Amino acid sequence: MLHIVACIKQVPDTKIIKMNPKTNTMDRSSAPAILNPYDAHAVEEAVRLKQRYGGTVSVLTMGPPPAVKAIRKCIEIGADEGYMITDRAFAGADTLATSYALTKALEKIAREKPIDLIICGKMTIDGDTGQVGPGIARRLDMPPLTSVKKVVEINKEQGYAIVHRKLEDGYEVIQSTLPCLFSVEKEINEVPYSPLPNMLRAARYQPVIWSVNDLEDVDRSLLGLKGSPTIVAKVWPPEKPKGGEKLQGSAREQVNRLMEILAEKKELFRAKEGRA
Amino acid sequence: MAEKFDAIVVGAGPAGTACAYTLAKAGVSVLLLERGEYPGSKNVMGGVLYRKMMEDIIPGFYKEAPVERPIVEQRFMMLDEQSALTFSYKGLEWAEEPYNNFTVLRAKFDQWFADKAVQQGALLVNETVVLECIVENGKVVGVRTDRPDGEVFADVVVLADGVNSLLAKSLGFHKEFRPDEVALAVMEVLKLDRRIIEDRFNLEGDQGCTIEIFGDSTKGILGTAWLYTNKDSLNIGVGAMLSGLIKHKLKPHALLDYVKNHPMIRPYIQGSEQQEYLAHLIPEGGYRSMPKIVGNGVLVVGDAAQLVNAIHREGSNMAMTSGVLAAEAILEAKEAGDYSEKTLDTYRKKLLDSFVGQDLKKYQDATHHFERSPQYFERYISMMNRAASQMFTVDGSSKWEKQKKIWRDLGTAREKWKMARDLMQAWRVMK
Repeated sequence: MLHIVACIKQVPDTKIIKMNPKTNTMDRSSAPAILNPYDAHAVEEAVRLKQRYGGTVSVLTMGPPPAVKAIRKCIEIGADEGYMITDRAFAGADTLATSYALTKALEKIAREKPIDLIICGKMTIDGDTGQVGPGIARRLDMPPLTSVKKVVEINKEQGYAIVHRKLEDGYEVIQSTLPCLFSVEKEINEVPYSPLPNMLRAARYQPVIWSVNDLEDVDRSLLGLKGSPTIVAKVWPPEKPKGGEKLQGSAREQVNRLMEILAEKKELFRAKEGRA
Repeated sequence: MAEKFDAIVVGAGPAGTACAYTLAKAGVSVLLLERGEYPGSKNVMGGVLYRKMMEDIIPGFYKEAPVERPIVEQRFMMLDEQSALTFSYKGLEWAEEPYNNFTVLRAKFDQWFADKAVQQGALLVNETVVLECIVENGKVVGVRTDRPDGEVFADVVVLADGVNSLLAKSLGFHKEFRPDEVALAVMEVLKLDRRIIEDRFNLEGDQGCTIEIFGDSTKGILGTAWLYTNKDSLNIGVGAMLSGLIKHKLKPHALLDYVKNHPMIRPYIQGSEQQEYLAHLIPEGGYRSMPKIVGNGVLVVGDAAQLVNAIHREGSNMAMTSGVLAAEAILEAKEAGDYSEKTLDTYRKKLLDSFVGQDLKKYQDATHHFERSPQYFERYISMMNRAASQMFTVDGSSKWEKQKKIWRDLGTAREKWKMARDLMQAWRVMK
């Protein structure tokens, strides 16, 4: 019986979020909070592995109290239990401090029930770093397997996992010892429409909520803003792409102009050839 | 094994939520199903919420609910192409507790209201569409949703699924509505600095203003446009009978663009930024279009029961009252252990005895009369504008002469006679 923990985060929906034009930061009130889309795939994969091998799926998040909603979403997908750490002491954390706090919570969960596998989304859509997953693995001294796009086998008795990792031009097959940590690509699965009994369970579900005092052996100087060495020196919006050129004139003129442009840019094609 | 509740309410709008709240508060196990991402995400209204009926459910709700502005002024604008005749009432008794009504943004308000029902113990499930009622031995015993393992059962099902209630239709409670029974409304939320709003609408602090706009705003079709003030946005919209839009081959969004660019309206909204675009059907058939609203194990409330008073732009308040009355009938039925149509019929009786039924009866002929007689909106409003212009333009001619001109403008003796008759008729359907 596997115990799989998915680490998830509630994020603002960056597809519709507005930027504050003065500070160049996200106006979080302008977009609804959703479950980080990559994390939905992480939970779904955990649920599929549970269905394949038997076991339990727990989810863990750090966030403000409204993040309970994200945990409920995971229950809808099929997770069994949800844990949330919430405390002012965690506020303002960068990826280093976040992975530290989550690790402390994972240690507490593992004391109740040893963890075989941790699954994270590839990255969050508000931070885009993909650092928290590997950060947790390093702190727990387990192998991090990033960009996982397929789980071939989990063998708890013999203590190994085999996965496909996505590469730029293909994939690699990797075997790791258990316990380990996956961070998964979106293509690993499709999150189906949840069955009604899951929806009813989620609507009633109350997660386990811990404050910093509930965690053990915590070095408070490593939490929140204090524990975050990341300094955002400058934030600026990406340059707006310039509009393309619309070719005009007769068909012959347009073709000639197109040939000129292609000749100007021939370097681009050479690079491609070289790689092939 | 599918779950069973005491009651299932389909639709978390004002009617459904009021019903679920009342049931949950009385200790009944109730499941509230909503198709939208959250309650309010798919709900549309012009923007005025009446205080009284909401306060009957949650006393003092406005102290914590996300209301925008209490309305202190209601303006009515009779619009012509280049002019408007406006009258208004502004009263500071509406600027203090308990207030008369408020502007609200439904996406925020409905969510808050549904949260209150959840706090009372209702179970809310979003993003779930009810496909049909499960009927056994002539009695509704549950619903089938679009989710896997999507059946769920209850002693009674309340249909609060809105204007196009497919569920009530599939039970044979009503036929497809005719185009002269529904209005199509389109609306935009325009972002505007609150200071500018307060200056433009002559408001102090949180006070709000509503403007109802008749005549040229719907190109003479039976309907109305509106402009309401929120905290830092405006609701501007236009609604007209579907039959009129079809007859005049008018697209509703084109009508809204026309209203937004009208010289009498444009200055109010200048410099604002479009934030949301919404469109919805409004049931305006009134009393005569009311479907069957009670069956074995099933009740219909709110828009699904066509409970809208088009003349007084009331709907959400009627919806709430119907939701509460349905809940009370269910509580009685639970007591008696009998959810038959006969027992639940107390809901229909109480509804017809309440202000909802009384007002619907009072105006049962109004919409139909104005629908059949386009001259009110097409001719008479322009006429009033011309008369006002004539009377107030100082050009050296005597007031006697002016009155004569206005009289001539009313047309031939025959047209005057028709107009007098129309006025009588209008009085008769409205009185």
